[in-house]
Amino acid sequence: MRRVVIGIIAFVVLLGSYVAIRAQGPPGGPPPPPLVLSEVKWQPWSNTGLPRLPQTIPNDGPAPRRDLSGQWDSARGGIGARGSRGMPAPLTAWGEAKGKTHKSGDGIRMVDAPDINDPLSTQGDPGGYPRQLLFEMRHVQFFHTQVSVVAAFMWERRYRTIWTDGRALPTDPDPRWYGYSIGRWEDDTNFIVNSNGTDERTWLDNGGNPHSDQLRVEERWHRISQNRLELTVTLDDPKAYTRPWVASDKLQFVKIPDSVDYIEMMNAATEVQAVAAAFKAERELEKQAAPGR
Amino acid sequence: MKATLRGVALAILGVLVMPVSMMGHHGGASFDNTKEVTVKGTVTEWLWANPHCFLKVEEKDATGTVRIWNLEFGNPTDITSRGFSRRTFKVGDEITVSVTPVKSGAPVGRARIVTLADGTKL
Repeated sequence: MRRVVIGIIAFVVLLGSYVAIRAQGPPGGPPPPPLVLSEVKWQPWSNTGLPRLPQTIPNDGPAPRRDLSGQWDSARGGIGARGSRGMPAPLTAWGEAKGKTHKSGDGIRMVDAPDINDPLSTQGDPGGYPRQLLFEMRHVQFFHTQVSVVAAFMWERRYRTIWTDGRALPTDPDPRWYGYSIGRWEDDTNFIVNSNGTDERTWLDNGGNPHSDQLRVEERWHRISQNRLELTVTLDDPKAYTRPWVASDKLQFVKIPDSVDYIEMMNAATEVQAVAAAFKAERELEKQAAPGR
Repeated sequence: MKATLRGVALAILGVLVMPVSMMGHHGGASFDNTKEVTVKGTVTEWLWANPHCFLKVEEKDATGTVRIWNLEFGNPTDITSRGFSRRTFKVGDEITVSVTPVKSGAPVGRARIVTLADGTKL
């Protein structure tokens, strides 16, 4: 038993070393300097977002009561190229069969670029929900009305209306690309969003994890302070997964001045199809250079 | 001692079989990361698109043989922060690109550093 424990400790040390080395970037490169939020030089137009989170925010104040309004940047923490940040729950038989049809550009279902069949990146279909929260979740802006909270996302320039007027979710909804959402304040700093009615054609995330139209999503937006926000996304899809699971745990956001204009980040159908064609053309060139490979 | 070695070996094995998502990066297997090639030529196409931008460069070697290089870039948001834009290249621009080529020898690669005609490096 003692020796097994030693083995486990060795694994943790190796893993920690690996992660630390990767976090430093290219071999021999110094770590980047700490980012000071107040010293960021914003361009008049088309800012691409913070390169990393600030370690501290001087003069940060307490969270305002029941207020998410403003612009928020995850500083690339929400990119999720390989899929959801959380480890997916085991799939049901339905989920396995659905997942096998997804050929992604990254993650555990990764294939060569010309073979990708992601409807977002090869056809220009909407990314849909909750992929909106789990892939390219870089920047979001919240607006409050008397009956809703509206979230406007940099990614694909999509918006979602989260109804706060007490209505219930539809019981047998027609699926929508971005589902149906209601929200409530659990207390003065935690805004809980519940959603259903998502379209099965969308992928859950960029790793090609599947979801069914029975998926229910809970978002917990926790206003930590004046300038910090975090998001936790919990999924419950009994048709596709054997249990609920956390797809994103405390993704951190920093408040950005209201005056900052962000770059447009679209997946235009004509453009993604041109990219898919370019990858196929590359494959043909490679076949010509190395026939039979 | 044997059991300790077994435990450490298991630990090392655990790292080696970590999921692809922790170890790899998409589409990297076909590139020869040990090589760098310099491509000097004329822009024939610049595709500014998500999820990848593509540049085609016509290169003529000393014998007059023409090759069209297909060069991959990152997505527009990420390369904007490196100084690129939809208008960085026009058809006919003379440029030099350092490239990570594919292993097959095809004129395909990932762009690393671009030098424009005026000497600007991106």
